[in-house]
Amino acid sequence: MAWRDSRASRWRLLLFTLCIVVGIAGLVAVGSLGRSLEGAVEGQAKTLLGADLSIGSRVQFTAEHERFLTTLGGEQAREITFTTMIVFPQREGEGTRLVQVRGLEGGFPFYGRIESVPPEAADRFREQGGVLVEESLLLQFGAKVGDGVKIGSLETRVLGALQKVPGESVAFATIAPRVYLRMEDLRATGLLRDGSLARYRVLFRMPASLDVVKWVESHRTRLDELRLAVATVADRKEDLGQSMRNLYHFLNLVGFVALLLGGVGIASAIQAHVKQKVPTVAVLRCLGSPVGWAFAVYVTQGVALGLVGAVLGAVAGVTIQRLLPRVIADFVPFEVEIATSWSALAEAAALGFSVCVLFALLPLAGIRRVSPLQVLRVAHEPRRVRDPLRVGVVVALAGLVLAFALGHTQRWQEGVGFAAGLTVAFAALAGVARLAMAGLRRLRLPGAPFVVRQGLASVHRPNNRTLLLVVSLGLGTFLLVTLQMSQTTLMRELVSGRQEGRANAILFDIQADQREAVAELVRGQGLPVLDEVPIVTMRLKSIRGTPVEEILASDRDRKGPGWALRREYRSTFTDRLRDSERIVAGEWIGSVDAGEEPVPVSVEDGIAKELGVGMGDELVWDIQGVSLRTRIASLREVDWRRVQPNFFVVFPRGPLDDAPAFHVLVTRVESPEQSARMQREAVRRFPNVSAIDITLVLRTVDQILGKIAYVIRFMALFTVATGLLVLIASVLSGRYQRVRESILLRVLGCSRRQVLRILLVEYTVLGMLSALTGVVLALAASTALTVLVFKLPWTIPLGAPLVSVALVTALTVITGWLASRGITTQAPLEILRRGD
Amino acid sequence: MLDDDAGRWILEVDGLSKAYRSGDRALSVLRGVSFRLAAGETLAIVGPSGSGKTTLLGLCAGLDAPTEGRVRLAGEDLGLLDEDGRARVRNQHTGFVFQSFQLIPTLTAIENVMVPRELRGERGVERDARQLLEQVGLAERLDHYPTQLSGGEQQRVAIARAFVNRPKILFADEPTGNLDTETGHRIVESLFRLNQAAGTALVLVTHDAELAARTRRIIRLRGGEVVGDTQ
Repeated sequence: MAWRDSRASRWRLLLFTLCIVVGIAGLVAVGSLGRSLEGAVEGQAKTLLGADLSIGSRVQFTAEHERFLTTLGGEQAREITFTTMIVFPQREGEGTRLVQVRGLEGGFPFYGRIESVPPEAADRFREQGGVLVEESLLLQFGAKVGDGVKIGSLETRVLGALQKVPGESVAFATIAPRVYLRMEDLRATGLLRDGSLARYRVLFRMPASLDVVKWVESHRTRLDELRLAVATVADRKEDLGQSMRNLYHFLNLVGFVALLLGGVGIASAIQAHVKQKVPTVAVLRCLGSPVGWAFAVYVTQGVALGLVGAVLGAVAGVTIQRLLPRVIADFVPFEVEIATSWSALAEAAALGFSVCVLFALLPLAGIRRVSPLQVLRVAHEPRRVRDPLRVGVVVALAGLVLAFALGHTQRWQEGVGFAAGLTVAFAALAGVARLAMAGLRRLRLPGAPFVVRQGLASVHRPNNRTLLLVVSLGLGTFLLVTLQMSQTTLMRELVSGRQEGRANAILFDIQADQREAVAELVRGQGLPVLDEVPIVTMRLKSIRGTPVEEILASDRDRKGPGWALRREYRSTFTDRLRDSERIVAGEWIGSVDAGEEPVPVSVEDGIAKELGVGMGDELVWDIQGVSLRTRIASLREVDWRRVQPNFFVVFPRGPLDDAPAFHVLVTRVESPEQSARMQREAVRRFPNVSAIDITLVLRTVDQILGKIAYVIRFMALFTVATGLLVLIASVLSGRYQRVRESILLRVLGCSRRQVLRILLVEYTVLGMLSALTGVVLALAASTALTVLVFKLPWTIPLGAPLVSVALVTALTVITGWLASRGITTQAPLEILRRGD
Repeated sequence: MLDDDAGRWILEVDGLSKAYRSGDRALSVLRGVSFRLAAGETLAIVGPSGSGKTTLLGLCAGLDAPTEGRVRLAGEDLGLLDEDGRARVRNQHTGFVFQSFQLIPTLTAIENVMVPRELRGERGVERDARQLLEQVGLAERLDHYPTQLSGGEQQRVAIARAFVNRPKILFADEPTGNLDTETGHRIVESLFRLNQAAGTALVLVTHDAELAARTRRIIRLRGGEVVGDTQ
């Protein structure tokens, strides 16, 4: 009976299933991606580090370090990394750029390989010298293999373009592009001096039989004493696994939203279907069919719908999943080959099926309440009472959403937050749609042309799909616009550093004896010296009398402030606070006599919390071998977003005046040409000095944000696609009513053009309503994000909202128009053939 | 049969035939029907189910195109017009009343009545619409939506709508078919009263012999052919 009954509407029902197909496809693809990422992390684990173990330090290894390292055995390789300037002498103008130079010694990577063009260059540079330069940097300068380069005092040539390093993702190598050379060449640059900001690593290949994790544990105390940072494959796997899981869960949640939207579409389409079937059900009931039997006929159709949707979604998902590795390629530091995960496919299909059936049950429940009396009186409507089945379905749906959200978030609060946020978004969209419909119903436009009034009336007509469309299209718009606005806000804040007079370029690593000359050089270029600060590198020796080694050793579960204790601090001394700093506790002391101890210092609020220290606490510092006792005299809040050197710890003038320091100079350049000229001149005269042009960094950050946004947008598009499918389904499910109305209007003398204009008005209003609702919600969400999460001043970025409103409206009109094609082609004579 | 005796005839039907294709064979539903109707005249088309009454009414009103023959409505040859042209003729010269009322569900009673005039781009037709609704006894129901009206009330709105553009001819398809006897009587009264007041020609399709008897002329159809034409 279910099959026979569906005869006339089979194609239409099939079309409705498309609403959930996109959501299921998204989940299948993301599910397979998740499994493949897990597999890749597991299978390529050793290449994630390129070694079994890495031991690193921010200061040059001491003799004590070296003695310890030699006792460790295994095959060892060394790497020293620091940032400096590279010069392409053959390129005039922009030939200098800040890079991350990495000197290699030994057989690293032990697992996986450095990929380059030509491929043999990755090995050749170790034997014959020369450098591997990040491919994007070569492209940027139009440089090629064989070109000469200069790093510090080293003049050499490009051997190959660097493409991939095991365990590193491309996206984040763009701020400081990587340059590989052999260790002796690195030393030949002459840039590595005492106090240089460099990272030193020893990389190990251990015998296969050795349990590296246990081995590290057995050496933990000594490693802590020597303040050496350790990374094992297991650590890297854990870190990466966590990031990959976050990515996977995030994509899953977005896919789920698309699936839910599809579910709403299904509910609406089934409701239209049920409405048409009421007379049939009434006849069946009249002929003696039990309530359950009639209900079962239509539930069977709903279940069949879910099954077809699940199968189609699974097939579509398997196709789409091939696209995902390309979408996330820049964020994943290893090769991902997507294999179809049958368990992910089954899970997504089962979820899609459940969502479809549950949403279909909401209107189908009404079948049970069709009275046989409706055969005689069409208008007879049974009394409305709360239906326990419907309540049960709503509870089941809420449970499903909550369970999914909890399963894909780290903490239960986030899961509940997601479910609540989704409910609020749905409710807000539905609320706005209802308000708009009520408003339009009351709206009287006596002067407006008939087509306008009729088009507006269609938006609030009985049995229309305004609510559904505003929710589905609005949610898609909401997601996309929130994303766009957040990106714009972040970028604007970063770019605001480029405002009139603000600093936008920094020269660093200036030695004490070069200070005057560098400042002179900058001024000679017609540029201002906006700030000039000394930097002294130091490490924490003890807190409140307890040696740092002891604190580290006692923190066995490693939950404490390890990095803050181990790190190298770059502090300054000054007699004045900068405008990016504000004292929040204690008193600022600008100068004391040299030799006075403890020295009153000012500590940044955040790091003080991290270290668990407060006002009056004693900190002892190791300043390149000399101990200095200090007392926290004030706590400061620092605006880290400012383009200027900011510090965790600020000393008063006096005690550090003669300590070995290097200097940072802050200036402002007005154009890329000016910046290039200044950098070129500085590097030519002072090879050890490096420069950062913030505009370039900003461009890079923008690119990275763009890449992140691309991934999110890719998933958000699933939501928009679902919205459009829901629109098509709803137009088609209401087509019968529209055809009738079109015929009636044409009988009364309405031309086809007028009928089409009515449609145009209706879809324009519908599209604008959905888009505006989405945009208003997006404004609220991005305001909350800006103010509460990013903690930035709020402004309205108008571009994205306006473009979105125009785009969504245009898409709605085009889709509605296409789905309505042919409604004016039926002969008006039909009106005499049809009853109600 | 068409002649140039223009002005006298509001509707001229000449050799009208209509056939549909059903699979491989042609199904002839109307064959060689001809008649003329003068302005203000009343005509009932009667016959058993499937005799072609509704098809004839539809062709006369320009709702469909004949397979053969010609229709001239208010002096315009419908065969020479496209669908939009026929829509213009309907809007200017005809009114309709249907068995199932056919009101636009999203518009109130008065808005439904205003539609034909508004489609012409006319403004300020509210006064006329209100007057017509008052004449059919719906002065209190102007702002009600169709679903809030009874069947009889809906049909009276439909009658008001049919007369609002002062048509030269009104087509009614079983206007009392969905109504009880008493309401049906009232509807018929309204119809004939307005017909006389406005001098509108009236073409009725009906099964109701009593209703047919009130018209001046009756055309009987059987199997798609005219079997009787009494004046």
